[in-house]
Amino acid sequence: MSKKNVNKQVNPKKQVMDNNSKATIGRVLKLIRPYSFMVFLSLLLAVVTVGLTLYAPIITGKAIDMFGGQDQVAFSKLYKLLLTFLIVVAVTGISQWLMAVVNNHITYGVVKKLRVNLFNHLQNMPLMYTDSNPVGAIVNRCISDVDQLSDGILMGFTQLFTGVVTIAATVVIMVILKWQIAIVVVLITPVSLFVAKYIAKKTYDMFILQSDTRGEMTSLIDEMVSNQKIVEAFNHQDEVKDQFSNINIRLKRCSQEAVFYSSLTNPCTRFVNSLVYVGVGLVGGLFAMGGSLSVGTLTVFLSYANQYTKPFNEISGVITELQNAIACAARVFELLDEKEQEDDSRQMDLTSAVKGDVDFKHVYFSYIPELPLMEDVNLKVYPGQRVAIVGPTGCGKTTLINLLMRFYDINRGSISLDGNNINVLKRDAVRHNYGMVLQETWLKHASIRDNIAYGKPDASLEEIMEAAQAVHADNFIRRLPDGYETILGEDGGTLSQGQKQLICIARVMLKLPPMLILDEATSSIDTRTEIHIQHAFARLMKGRTSFVVAHRLSTIKDSDLILVMDDGMIVEQGTHEQLLAADGFYAELYNSQFAVS
Amino acid sequence: MKHIIQYLKEYKKEAVIGPLFKMLEAFFDLFIPVCVASMIDTGVKTKDIGHIIMMVIVMIVLGVIGLVCAIVAQYFAAKSSVGVCAELREDLFGHINKLSHTELDIVGTSTLINRMTTDINQIQNGLNLALRLLLRSPFIVLGAIVAAFMINGTAGVLFMFMTGVLAIIVYKIMSMSIPRNKKVSDQLDVVLQSTRENLIGARVVRAFCRQDDEKAEYEEESKVLRKLQLKAGNLAGLMNPLTYAVVNIGIAGLIVVCGFQVNEGHLTQGQVVALVNYMSQILIELVKLANLLITLNKSIASIKRVDEIFDMEPSVYEEHQWLLPGVTGSPKIEFKNVSFTYKGAQEPAIEGLNFSIMHGETVGIIGGTGSGKSTLAHLIPRFYDATEGEIMIDGRDVRQYSFGQLRGKIGIVPQKAVLFKGTIRENIKWGKPLASDKDINWALDIAQAKAFVDAKKGGLDFKVEQNGRNLSGGQRQRLTIARAIVRKPEILILDDSTSALDYATEAKLRDAIEYQTQGTTIIVSQRAATLKHADRIICLDDGKVAGIGTHEELLRTCQVYKEICLSQMSKEELGA
Repeated sequence: MSKKNVNKQVNPKKQVMDNNSKATIGRVLKLIRPYSFMVFLSLLLAVVTVGLTLYAPIITGKAIDMFGGQDQVAFSKLYKLLLTFLIVVAVTGISQWLMAVVNNHITYGVVKKLRVNLFNHLQNMPLMYTDSNPVGAIVNRCISDVDQLSDGILMGFTQLFTGVVTIAATVVIMVILKWQIAIVVVLITPVSLFVAKYIAKKTYDMFILQSDTRGEMTSLIDEMVSNQKIVEAFNHQDEVKDQFSNINIRLKRCSQEAVFYSSLTNPCTRFVNSLVYVGVGLVGGLFAMGGSLSVGTLTVFLSYANQYTKPFNEISGVITELQNAIACAARVFELLDEKEQEDDSRQMDLTSAVKGDVDFKHVYFSYIPELPLMEDVNLKVYPGQRVAIVGPTGCGKTTLINLLMRFYDINRGSISLDGNNINVLKRDAVRHNYGMVLQETWLKHASIRDNIAYGKPDASLEEIMEAAQAVHADNFIRRLPDGYETILGEDGGTLSQGQKQLICIARVMLKLPPMLILDEATSSIDTRTEIHIQHAFARLMKGRTSFVVAHRLSTIKDSDLILVMDDGMIVEQGTHEQLLAADGFYAELYNSQFAVS
Repeated sequence: MKHIIQYLKEYKKEAVIGPLFKMLEAFFDLFIPVCVASMIDTGVKTKDIGHIIMMVIVMIVLGVIGLVCAIVAQYFAAKSSVGVCAELREDLFGHINKLSHTELDIVGTSTLINRMTTDINQIQNGLNLALRLLLRSPFIVLGAIVAAFMINGTAGVLFMFMTGVLAIIVYKIMSMSIPRNKKVSDQLDVVLQSTRENLIGARVVRAFCRQDDEKAEYEEESKVLRKLQLKAGNLAGLMNPLTYAVVNIGIAGLIVVCGFQVNEGHLTQGQVVALVNYMSQILIELVKLANLLITLNKSIASIKRVDEIFDMEPSVYEEHQWLLPGVTGSPKIEFKNVSFTYKGAQEPAIEGLNFSIMHGETVGIIGGTGSGKSTLAHLIPRFYDATEGEIMIDGRDVRQYSFGQLRGKIGIVPQKAVLFKGTIRENIKWGKPLASDKDINWALDIAQAKAFVDAKKGGLDFKVEQNGRNLSGGQRQRLTIARAIVRKPEILILDDSTSALDYATEAKLRDAIEYQTQGTTIIVSQRAATLKHADRIICLDDGKVAGIGTHEELLRTCQVYKEICLSQMSKEELGA
């Protein structure tokens, strides 16, 4: 349990408690509410554990009191006392362990729930969010932040609560036993807190400096090591090394100070603790000499003096940890508070496959209101037509796909599918009718078989193999160690970009949707395999409405409709001949490729 | 391990003083129970106030000395652990800088970054703790046992026995915890990967309407994680109660033993108090030691991982640093029977290449994926060394030149358009550190980048973010081209680096390079249209030369080239 707080350094991102964090704590407590009974049990066990832990030294004290001197030891009484002692110890141990089990149960349960909530939330959020936020940052919230929160909850339960109970109970018992000594203890201990706080404040600035410098260094390492090949190509090693050394020296200097000052906390608080101990010894000794205190009770006090200061030291560590956890929780809740896309469960479903009639009427769309993108776009695609989308990189081809598949909703106008406005259809109903192959391949960490069957999970192995054969992927798949059952690593693992693309195409071949979206689907496949795939595509596209993003004019020329896009807008549309005759943007593009210089 | 010890040698003084003072502190700590015992036995029993106050003063003095020792120890521990790791980091960075592409391919950059950051931080942490605590805890345990023996032999034997039992429990729980914790962190990786995967593939997941399945799968993975966490947590939770129980059983045993000894007059009440105190101290220190060992275990794993990197020798190295003159009259570049096999690959990536390129020529290299185009380009600046045959530049084997001279001749534009954090000017200066603004503008102009750079706020002073995030793909590509052109290289290599440019821009770029630069140009591409105008085209197929010649010649003679062209253009376009 305590493996993480070995010399835990003070968290530099320390925050002051404000209303915001109060709200966050409230929400964390709400998450814990289903475990109310468990929490109650945990608190009960904590009280039992603390109570018995404090009772044990009293028994040893009594036992020591029986040791008056030679031939004065009453063994029968001593044995009885020790029996009670052993029972107390056993019960303490058991309740302490049960408490740990209960706390683990609460913490890991709450955290699991939170993680699943987050994940479900991500699946229900508009794509806008994932498109505009770095994946690393979101993952960080779902994993590290949640993990930190879990550590925080666990510590809160195990250390904060027991710590507080221990302090309170100790003071009470000490007051009952001998209030004069209790006062000595209570008066000296705040010094320990004061010292710890003083050091923390002093080291705070150094930690900030350290973490800033560390960040600077990490980003340099990240940049240079990931582009090491370029660094070598331009013989830039020495310059980069100098840059690195400069930061390294600064980091060394501030780390040495930060590490040193923060490591002063322990010895200093320990010193204060020994002052408490000595104080108890002095006052207790004097009382014992005067006869108003037995030696046994004095040892009880001494052992309390030890036990009592321990939670104080721990609590200051726990509080920094908790502050950190609250900051993490706030980030997690911020993500959870992002708006989900509108619920479409009550919208219309499509009972049968569509024919593939797509109609854009006065469509307006933009990602950011200040930057209008599509304005008054009209487009009519008849069932079975092949539509080519042409234009320079960044011209907005992705935007068009986003709208067709209802990844984003339009601002004005309407897009209809077989005469149904897609905004009143269930999103899945729209998407079910499309088969999409993107230039950026995405494969799951799963078997090849499951990956091909991603669009049709109930497909038989024969069907899957047939689809793979159609795209000429069967050969290389068979050569893999486990054939179709080969588990792919993250992002396709060791497969080449071309092989990944083949699997993505097979995925669509198997699904056989009524409409297709192909975004440079064959860009990484070598040209000769591509010829074969083009045949397979040609068969597939027959009778299916398809949208094809392509660079190759030969593919474009045979299309029923060419959409020429630039800066997010459809600037021209028509057939190859019509567009050449219009002598516009398309004609310029076409001529530039084959211009004889 | 050997590396760390070497570094520690440089901090010999600090590394010895730190632990030494820590032990001194522990030594003084051990006297406290004796003082208390004396206070009780002499002070309380004989009602000697002077003695009590004396003992109190002794304890305070001991505390102050302990504090001073501890501060000294912490100072030297911090100084040496941070210092050692700063040097380690510096050397590791230097070492990574020397690695060649083969090693970088094998290790992968994310691993290297982890070694540089997480692992070295972990080592620093472990080293710092080890210097402070590794000697202290065993010393206190040992000291407490010795003290117990000095007070009473029988009690000492009991102490030894109890310490043994405690050590076994702590060790058992720890050694059982390590594999369980490993399982937890592995499963956490699985959960992390799912999260990442679903974010990156959000479009595909939604396109195939699989959100619900993904949710169910994630829930399942989270459940497994929870189960593993409970298993590990519940085991770790045993540590405190068990050690507590054992120590207290020990105390009970001690009291019985002491009872006899006191009864027989071998032991005083104060001494019993001291013994009980020592017993508690042993418990505290053993638990501390267990935690320390867990941290150290992690640090040792980090040290091993860092050592693995240090153990990698760069496979490509320079023989000397001299400048060598070229052999006059020889071709600019010559491949003589060159083959290359990637490390660990079964098949060679390129095999038996023979061709020469003359000064000032523009040569295109074409072929399907995996045909070896990029590999060929990477052999010229010695990113890799040919496994067979020779590559000559200006009549000398490339291995004869120093890296500085060889790579100084070459301007390469890589496939991935990488820019660095800094201004546009600084980025272009990578190509030529002493370039004037005039040089830079000239290069930008050829690279068709002048217009958009001028339009940027600040022009050349425009701040490029890390990885060039704030520029479009096409803009990045053009800047990387300018970066290579600014050095006026003898050999310019464009490695499939115009893919994000539209055809019109690409054509203008091609013309500008042709007419405004003097050197030899090698263009690697998948697109026939890009290479059509080259002086010669080398067509690769499966790592071997399928044909060399002009566009027209190859169309007539080379089947592979013809197929590539046919797949990209229509018959009429080929004729045009």
